[in-house]
Amino acid sequence: MTLDVAALRDEFPMLSRRVGGKPIHYLDSANSSHKPNCVIDAMSTFMREAYSPIGRSSYALASEASNAYEGARSKVAGFINAYSPCEVVFTKNATESLNLAAQSWGRANLGKGDAIVLTHMEHHANIVPWQMLAKEKGFEIRWVPLTPDFQLDLSSLDQLLRGAKAISFTSMSNVLGTINPTRELCEAAHAAGAIAIVDGCQSVPHMTTDVRAMGADMLAFSSHKMCGPTGVGVLWAREALLDAMPPFLGGGGMISEVRLDDFTCAELPNKFEAGTPPIVEVIGLGAAVDFLNRVGMTEIRRHEIEMTNYAYRALTARYGDAITIHGPTNPELRGATFSFAFRDVHPHDVSQVLDQHNVYVRAGHHCAKPLMRIIGANATARASMYLYSNEADVDALVDALDDVSSIF
Amino acid sequence: MSNLEDLYREVILDHYRSPRNKGELPPPATCTEGANPLCGDEIKIFLDVADGVVRDVRFSGHGCSISQASASMMTAIVKGKPLTDVRAVAKRFKQLMTIEEDDGTTPTDIRLGDIEALQGVVKYPVRIKCAVLGWNTLLEGLDSTST
Ligand SMILES: Cc1ncc(COP(=O)(O)O)c(C=O)c1O
Repeated sequence: MTLDVAALRDEFPMLSRRVGGKPIHYLDSANSSHKPNCVIDAMSTFMREAYSPIGRSSYALASEASNAYEGARSKVAGFINAYSPCEVVFTKNATESLNLAAQSWGRANLGKGDAIVLTHMEHHANIVPWQMLAKEKGFEIRWVPLTPDFQLDLSSLDQLLRGAKAISFTSMSNVLGTINPTRELCEAAHAAGAIAIVDGCQSVPHMTTDVRAMGADMLAFSSHKMCGPTGVGVLWAREALLDAMPPFLGGGGMISEVRLDDFTCAELPNKFEAGTPPIVEVIGLGAAVDFLNRVGMTEIRRHEIEMTNYAYRALTARYGDAITIHGPTNPELRGATFSFAFRDVHPHDVSQVLDQHNVYVRAGHHCAKPLMRIIGANATARASMYLYSNEADVDALVDALDDVSSIF
Repeated sequence: MSNLEDLYREVILDHYRSPRNKGELPPPATCTEGANPLCGDEIKIFLDVADGVVRDVRFSGHGCSISQASASMMTAIVKGKPLTDVRAVAKRFKQLMTIEEDDGTTPTDIRLGDIEALQGVVKYPVRIKCAVLGWNTLLEGLDSTST
């Protein structure tokens, strides 16, 4: 079954926004997605009718709210096929999830003489937390390079993994769109005695995620890229791993006992959720998961492959060599995220002209400066699509690029 | 609807397409680097200052049309000027970009000429940073040569 995109678009109020009297073409979903009514309504209804702090109070409404919050945790656990809801830790965003992995697991396990493996296509969120810790602990960071066709070059992976304690990598590049062989990477890590940490920011919103089939040990992702609200992210990790990890943030909610001279941690997942959590946002994320399940992750992926094909053909048919798309050409190996160079026009100028046509793309380094240096671009323009993107969005992009040509 | 012709005036595109004073100067000219971390634009300003006068100036680097055109126009106006005038022009430019208030200390006879064309940038707040990148780097260079 193909998606009824027109009907889906009606569920996203922002998509009917007009600017300057004209419709908008939102092509920045890799950055953050729009929200369907069911998510917006779940959050406002909860605040209007059921809001209460959770966990700490014994009145009826508090336990009702706690149940809603824990219900959302179960939904998220089901969505990624976790072994148990207690493996799902709510954070502020994927960035905090990766910092948690580094500061908790990394701090306890990495020291002089140790090594971890990252890749050349990581987002800063999966680089800097490790560099911060490496500066302090003196472990080595090794890098999986790229092939000329924008895949990970796995030819020396076993060598890179030798003696390494972890590999942390993105399941899909937010710049190139490349979908990485997550399962193969996890298997290679385990064969070398390392754990596998997956930055799932760009894949979890767009395709079926199964942490068991993947064989991952940790998975980080953000709610706001998957139709949910900002302010909440997820770190999933295997229970045994979370159990062995020291706490990250300290405070209320994460303890079972505090005395003047010591404390003991609460059970999972509370151990990693210090302070009042983003209750409303978690409820919203739960509603987003329901929405994505209703639409169907397989259908979403299929739609995005179709859109990738459409966009590729439309852009290259009109502009040929004048447009350079940085990323794999095979739509089965990539998501619907296109970083491109247009003639020799600077990406900021490209995005400025596109903006005039209500075509919203992102220009810049996309928080992946090492990757940008490697592909030899200081910046790119990036158009990225989601379940609600349609041919009209792509056509508007293609037409607006004509105007870029006429100005520059 | 705002008009892109306001932003991309012909004189700006001209400086972008054929930048003035693009290149480098050998030491003892000073070299100051500036960057806009948000967009990855990078610039180097080379300054040859003697007897309180900017004898020569060059810029190199890469960036969008606004940052390149602004740097080009800047070098054209400051070349050969006494430092006091250069600082006054920079101040007037930042006032034009609305990032500095007119405190009444800028001499009124300071003319920006072509640079006035960059006024259209003000309507696009994220681009103001592009327009002032070269100027801030120039000022930093002046500060380090005078100490
Ligand atoms: C691959 C990848 N990792 C991490 C992040 C960080 O996500 P957040 O900003 O929601 O923490 C992003 C988002 O831009 C991303 O695309």
